[in-house]
Amino acid sequence: MTNTPTVSLKNVTKIFNPGQPNEVTALKNINLDIWPHEFVSLVGPSGCGKSTLLRLIADLTQPTEGTVQVNGKSAYRARIEQDYGIVFQSPTLYEWRTVAKNVELPLELMKYGRAERRERARKMLQLVELEGFENHHPWQLSGGMQQRVSIARALAFDPALLLMDEPFGALDEMTRERMNLELQNIWDRTGATIVFVTHSIPEAVFLSNRVVMLSPRPGCIAEIVDIDLPMPRAWEVREDPHYFELVNHLRDTLREIEGGMRE
Amino acid sequence: MSRTVWREYMPAIVVAVAALVLWEAAVRGFQIERFLLPAPSAIVTNFIENFERLVHIGWFTTKEALGGFFIGCSLGILAAFITARWVAVNEAILPFAIAANSVPILAFAPIVNNWFGVDNPLSKMIIVAVIVFFPVMINTIRGLTLVDKNALELMHSYAASEVEILWKLRTPNALPYIFNAFKIAAALSMIGAVVSEYFGGNRSALGVFITQEAALFRFENAWSAIIIACIVGITFYLIIVAVERAVIPWYFEQRKAERH
Ligand SMILES: Nc1ncnc2c1ncn2[C@@H]1O[C@H](COP(=O)(O)OP(=O)(O)O)[C@@H](O)[C@H]1O
Ligand SMILES: [Mg+2]
Repeated sequence: MTNTPTVSLKNVTKIFNPGQPNEVTALKNINLDIWPHEFVSLVGPSGCGKSTLLRLIADLTQPTEGTVQVNGKSAYRARIEQDYGIVFQSPTLYEWRTVAKNVELPLELMKYGRAERRERARKMLQLVELEGFENHHPWQLSGGMQQRVSIARALAFDPALLLMDEPFGALDEMTRERMNLELQNIWDRTGATIVFVTHSIPEAVFLSNRVVMLSPRPGCIAEIVDIDLPMPRAWEVREDPHYFELVNHLRDTLREIEGGMRE
Repeated sequence: MSRTVWREYMPAIVVAVAALVLWEAAVRGFQIERFLLPAPSAIVTNFIENFERLVHIGWFTTKEALGGFFIGCSLGILAAFITARWVAVNEAILPFAIAANSVPILAFAPIVNNWFGVDNPLSKMIIVAVIVFFPVMINTIRGLTLVDKNALELMHSYAASEVEILWKLRTPNALPYIFNAFKIAAALSMIGAVVSEYFGGNRSALGVFITQEAALFRFENAWSAIIIACIVGITFYLIIVAVERAVIPWYFEQRKAERH
């Protein structure tokens, strides 16, 4: 089982608008394996292809060259078989649905029975600490709560893979810290594999087993750093000297990349 | 509750009362001839005296407006949903629909009167239906296609079918647009019915009554008929607002929440 990676990218290149004047090579020759129950963060300057990489795994866009496999099958099959849940930067809740109904949306599409939908929505909302808000509408919740609903929705059908594109980017610092602890908790309890895009290096180091640094034009992997801090991590890890070392190292890499971009 | 309602509508009421007082004063003060502009008091007296007859002719025209409204709205929504199945077709149709919408369809009223018979209410209903059809179709198409990109990607991530996307995302997204179209259509249908009656029709129709009474210098009668038309139009609009609030309460609550 563990010799099949959850996500496997082989020689993946993504070119937008090939052959046209506005051609962009978003990603070039990416090779990356992500293993079951790993937490992998993608970081790098904006425009380096983080979202594109995530969307390739999600089969929301297709590679120009190379192959993307999820759970040993094509990304397309994995999407059709609902192997992953996805969380966008904006919560993307349907405003005509209550919180519980939003969480139930994927379950409805997957033809779960009504009783089971209710039960799962209730459990998921408990997991993200939103019990009691089942019948609220999205606009009645704060940004952090809305994002938690969208995480509950992504987890509702027990996907083994969770894809998150800057899920906490729009939140204030305090909420963000709380969400980090909560996400680590969820990861621990569900045993899911998580691919997490962020522009915050401290956040990436705090949460991940591995941090993948991308560099732009064309997007490729600049460095992969193993985060060998013990799991689970308490907030105090952020005062650990080794944590600082890792953060500083990644910051140096990022500075080099950004220096290269200016030339 | 009633306090906030009062505060919300008070400016409108004050403006309306002030306008009526000014009107009355102007007619009396400047001794305006009654064929130019009768005083509000004269119109109200006339309105009360002829109330039964006015209700009768008002109802006749209202039926035409309602018939046209339902035919036009149903076909407009149907056309939008049929073409919405193919988003590209939809986007290609939109400019033509917008162009067709700016054609003064009322200009065809005399011709349509000939086709179906001047006295036949159906000729008015058809004019109204055609007038109403385009704004309803255009707004419905907009509502079905102007969907949040992420909301759509979310559906794709669940491998949802086009039909599922239509029912669970595009349709709820379109409802506020559709109700907006209904409000426009309500106003247009009353205007369309009355004006197409100006080109001839049954004796007990509002438009016919207004032209005849005006021709016979019975201006208070004409003004009373116009009041009936206004009352019907406003009632129609308010009914749609009430239905809208019942069908898409989330839309109002959300906008209220955003205002605070
Ligand atoms: N749909 C698209 N069409 C054309 N270019 C795109 C598209 N999506 C992304 N790009 C380009 O690909 C590059 C990587 O974008 P993205 O993956 O969004 O970067 P990031 O998420 O790291 O900020 C950028 O140069 C961006 O302009
Ligand atoms: Mg991005």
